[in-house]
Amino acid sequence: MSELRNILADTVDRLLTDLVERPTLETAEGGDWPQDLWHGLTDAGLTQPLVPEDQGGVGAVWGDAFEVLHAAGRHAAPVPLAETIVAGWLLSRSGMEVPQGAMSLAPVRPDERLLLTKGGTLDGAARRVPWGSQARHIVALAHADDGMRVVRIEGGGGAVEDGENMARETRSDLAFDATPVAEAAPAGDGITAETIWHLGAMVRSAQMAGALARLLTDSVAYANDRVQFGRPIGKFQAIQQQLAELAGESAAAAAAAEAAFHAADRGAAEFEIAAAKIRTGEAAGIGARIAHQVHGAIGFTYEHHLHYLTRRLWSWRSEFGSEKHWAERLGRAVAGRGADALWADVTAR
Amino acid sequence: MQSFRFEPCELPPEAEALRQEVRAFLAETLPDYPAVKRAESWSGFDPDFSRKLGARGWIGMTWPTDYGGGGRSFFERYVVLEELLAAGAPVGAHWVADRQSGPLLLRYGTEEQRQRLLPPIIRGESYFGIGMSEPDSGSDLASIRTRADKVDGGWVVNGTKVWTSNAHQAHYLIALFRSDPKAEERHAGMSQFLVDLKNTEGLTVRPIRNLAGEEHFNEVVFEDAFVPDDMLVGNAGDGWKQVVSELAFERSGPERYLSSYQLIVELIREASQAPGENNAIAIGRLVARLSTLRQMSLSVAGKLQAGDDPALEASVVKDLGNTFEQSIPQIVHELSDSEPSMNGDGDFAQVQAYLTQVTPSFSLRGGTREILRGIIARGLGLR
Repeated sequence: MSELRNILADTVDRLLTDLVERPTLETAEGGDWPQDLWHGLTDAGLTQPLVPEDQGGVGAVWGDAFEVLHAAGRHAAPVPLAETIVAGWLLSRSGMEVPQGAMSLAPVRPDERLLLTKGGTLDGAARRVPWGSQARHIVALAHADDGMRVVRIEGGGGAVEDGENMARETRSDLAFDATPVAEAAPAGDGITAETIWHLGAMVRSAQMAGALARLLTDSVAYANDRVQFGRPIGKFQAIQQQLAELAGESAAAAAAAEAAFHAADRGAAEFEIAAAKIRTGEAAGIGARIAHQVHGAIGFTYEHHLHYLTRRLWSWRSEFGSEKHWAERLGRAVAGRGADALWADVTAR
Repeated sequence: MQSFRFEPCELPPEAEALRQEVRAFLAETLPDYPAVKRAESWSGFDPDFSRKLGARGWIGMTWPTDYGGGGRSFFERYVVLEELLAAGAPVGAHWVADRQSGPLLLRYGTEEQRQRLLPPIIRGESYFGIGMSEPDSGSDLASIRTRADKVDGGWVVNGTKVWTSNAHQAHYLIALFRSDPKAEERHAGMSQFLVDLKNTEGLTVRPIRNLAGEEHFNEVVFEDAFVPDDMLVGNAGDGWKQVVSELAFERSGPERYLSSYQLIVELIREASQAPGENNAIAIGRLVARLSTLRQMSLSVAGKLQAGDDPALEASVVKDLGNTFEQSIPQIVHELSDSEPSMNGDGDFAQVQAYLTQVTPSFSLRGGTREILRGIIARGLGLR
C-alpha cells in the first residue's frame, strides 16, 4: 500500500473506533444527525478524499477511498460518507466547486430520470435517496436537451418523504418540480446517465466487505469467549467449519470490492463493479447467516451490536442493484460477446 | 487473529506478452480438440503434448537455469498455467512433476538427484506420482503404516499406497514411508523416498476405476521392494515436515477453481447470445465468482513472487475454488431439462455428464474441504 493509503486507513479506523459507539448508532436510528461523527470525519479530510488538493481535498484515488469505505462499513458508520465521496467526485470531475457538508445522490434507481429544464430548474422524482432529507446538498445527474448535466441542489429543495432501510438509515423519496438548482455543469469526462448507479454499487460493495470483515472478527472473538459444555464453542469443529466459511466469504468480498476500485482508477470498471456487487451481496447473505448462528440467541437481541452490521448487509445488498440485477446485466453482456470471448475478457482484468 | 488479505495484483507486461504466445501455441496445437476432452482439465494425459510444452520451456519455468529450468517469474508460470487450464489442454502427464515433485527436489533433494531428475521433467519426458494416502490413512496422513526398513545400501519397503494418479504411466513416485519403527511421536520417524516405478522389483501397480469408468488413480503395493539409499529425499525422519510444505505448493493455483470451466463455456454457448433471464442471471453470478477467484489466486501468486509464505491464503482459495467448481454442474442442472450423457448429442450434454460425475473429487483431492477449513480455523486462532 502507498503511504497515503496507509495514513488514510489508520486515520479512519482510529477516528471511527472513537466516534461510532453504541449511543451514536442508537440515536442515529432514531433519526438524529450524528454531528460529532460528521465533524470528525470532515476535520480529518475523510469526506473528500478524491477531490484534488488544490480544490481542498486530499488528492487520493479510488483505491485509497476503498480503505475509507471499508472502514466505514466495518464500523457501521451511520452517515452518508460513501454518498458524499461519490458526490464530491462527480462535482470536481465536472469542474464544479465542492461544498462543505454531507451530500447525497440522485437518482439512485436505474429507471428514474431527472430533467434539467431550459429555465435551469429541476423536474422529476428520485426515490430511496440515501439520507435525502439530512444531506446538505443533493448532487444529481440530470438530462438536458444537449446532454447530461451534473447539478447541485441545496438540501430541502423539492418535496421530501422519508423512509428507511432495514438498518433504519434514512432513505428519502424526493420530488422535484421546477426546483431551483444551486449549480449545474456539463457532466465531466466519462460521466454518463449510469455513473451514479455504477459508483453507488461500487461503494456499497466496499462497505459490505468492511461489515463482513467485522462479522468475522466479532464472531471469532465471541466463539473464543463463549463457553458451553465446558469449553469455548470455538473449540468445536462444527463452529470452526462455519467460521472458516465466513472467513472465505469475507476475503472474497474484499477481493471483489477492491478489484472494482482499482479498475475504476484505470478506466471503465463496469465488469468489475458488477462482479463486486454480486459477490459481496452473496457473501453478505452467507456471512450474516453464519455470524448469527455462531452468536446464538444473544446476537438476535437489540442489545447486542451484531444487528447494526447484519441489518446493513441485508439492506446494502439490495441498494444500487441487487445480485440479481447485476448478474442479469453481466450475464447478458458475457453471453452477448459469446462463449469464446469469456476467457479473454476475464483475463483482461 | 490472522486476517486474510488478498491485495490486488497486476501482472507485469512480460507475463501478458507470454499469454499471447501460449494462446497462439494452443490454437495451433489443439485445433478441434473435443469439448469433453477439454473438460478433463488437468486429468488429461498426453505425453506428446507434454513434450511440446517442454520444448517451449513451459515446464519447470521458475526453476534455476542450472538444471535447465526457465528461471522465470511466478507470474509468468501463472499465466501459462491458467491459459492451459482454461483451454482444457491435456497437462496431466507432467502435472505432478511440474507442480510438486520438482519444487520438492529443489528444496530437499540432493545435488545428484536434481542433476539426474530435473532435466527430463523439464523436457516433458519424465512423470511423477504421489504416494501419500493409504487404505487406512486419508485425511489422517500421520497414521500411515507403509514401512521402509533400513538394510545394507538401502531400504526395504512393505505396504500399500492408494489414489496415486498416473502411477501406471509415471516414471517415479515420491512417497512417504515410516522409516523409524522406534519413533514415539506420531509425526516423527517418517521419510520421503523416490521410487522408480519402471524398475523396482516387488512393486505392483493396480488401476482403480473411478465412478466415471476412468482409470486415473491406482493402488501401489510394495512387497519387500528395495529402494536404494540415493533415493531418500531430504533427511531421514523429516518426512512429515517435507510433506506439509509439499502440500502447500498445490493449494492456490488456477487448477483450484478452473476444473469445471468448460461447463461455464458450454452453458454460455447453449444459452445463446440472447439468453433468457434465468440463464443470464446464472451466467452473471458464475462469472462474478470466477473473476473474484482469479483475483484471489493471482494475489497469492503475487505473494509467492514477493517471497512471502501465503499458506493460509492458499487454503482459503482452494476451499472457495473447490466449492465453486463443484457447484457448477448443479447450477447448470437447475437451469436445464436436458439429459446429460457421455455419448449424448452435443458438447453441452457430454461436458455436463462428465463433470457431474467427477466433481465430487474436487473437494477431496489435495486436502478435503473439512481439513482445509480446519487449517483456516487454526489461522483464525480457534484451535
